[in-house]
Amino acid sequence: MAWQWFHQWGSPRWFYQRSGVWLPWLGGAAGLLLAIGLVWGLALAPADFKQGNSYRIIYLHVPASFLALAGYYLMAIAGAIGLVWKIKLAYTAMKCAATIGAALTFVALFTGAVWGKPTWGTYWVWDARITSMLVLLFLYFGVIALYQAFDRVDVANKAAALLALVGTVNVPIIYKSVDWWYTLHQPASLKLTGESTLHASMLQPLLVMVVGFYLFYAAALLLSMRAEVIARESGGGWVKALAAGQGGGQQL
Amino acid sequence: MHPLRKQRLKWVVLVVVASSIAVGLITFALRENINLFYTPIQIVDGEAPLDVRLRAGGMVVKGSVERADDSLFVAFLVTDGAETVRVEYTGILPDLFAEGEAIVATGVLDANRVLQATEVLAKHDETYMPPEVAEAMGQGHQRREANKQPSDGSYPAEQKEHRYDR
Repeated sequence: MAWQWFHQWGSPRWFYQRSGVWLPWLGGAAGLLLAIGLVWGLALAPADFKQGNSYRIIYLHVPASFLALAGYYLMAIAGAIGLVWKIKLAYTAMKCAATIGAALTFVALFTGAVWGKPTWGTYWVWDARITSMLVLLFLYFGVIALYQAFDRVDVANKAAALLALVGTVNVPIIYKSVDWWYTLHQPASLKLTGESTLHASMLQPLLVMVVGFYLFYAAALLLSMRAEVIARESGGGWVKALAAGQGGGQQL
Repeated sequence: MHPLRKQRLKWVVLVVVASSIAVGLITFALRENINLFYTPIQIVDGEAPLDVRLRAGGMVVKGSVERADDSLFVAFLVTDGAETVRVEYTGILPDLFAEGEAIVATGVLDANRVLQATEVLAKHDETYMPPEVAEAMGQGHQRREANKQPSDGSYPAEQKEHRYDR
């Protein structure tokens, strides 16, 4: 039954046990793909005919930007599930996704600035793409700040989820900004439909990096959610049993 | 689904839809202001104001770059395929500035609709490829030809961009 599968996520204990099984696989696969992608992209892929080696920053910039956008949707959907079904774990996911998403958005903006100086001639320009990406960073900061602003957790959860939901309108704007307006930022090289304008020898390591970043994101999210769950349920019987079991293990 | 949850789900959807409509209307109202630069056709048609700091963007016309011998002064034409606008600038150009490449210049339009630029940025396109592939596709070849043979012959070939003519 589909709903049964859905509702088991309401159990922190079930989540903690399952995620503990998934985590080594996710982390291992992410580490492997990121290592392959970095060596391939930064050392083995050919230099660009115009930009030389500076284009290689796309191997961090593009995957970080993808995950910053996808992570926002994940955060907002988690917030919506929290609002509708009152599942605590969904709010935990939202809170953890906000921190990781803010970090990834910062990476995207920072690598873009580093690349922009040699390529465009400036670190920063207020065009539609870059400004809307900055708004995304502030939305992530807003969700984090709303958590800190309320003493009562249930109020903080609701307020943060509402901001996350309202902010979703920004994501398609970021994505389409380079097509809708004249911007300094170039249109997308990677295309969902049609042929990429990135040569195959440069595209393949980029795709490895993108998949590696997705797996890294999943591993980082599970890791921080597990820490949240343990902290929140620290008074619960199963956590005490876990701590006792682990303590015994260390003594041996 | 529980009726109470259904009710809450409706609220969630309403919040997303309402905020999307609001932001959509705002961006629609501001759509011209969100553009980073004016295109040459907008400047020639008089859409761009004079004596105000603005940006103009377009492709540098091949064979149009003039450089002064004794200063960093440079003048060139930018085009959007339909119209051209002259840009005058004194300063260092970005590495990727070249004839046939896109730029965005910040400055003030004078009475002759010449942009007196204070900043020139290179606008990179979304194409990435290794040099050998570019060579094979004839793009490198075309750029070389453009550098060697000025199409209008209005200035000596030595003053042209030799940056990519390695």
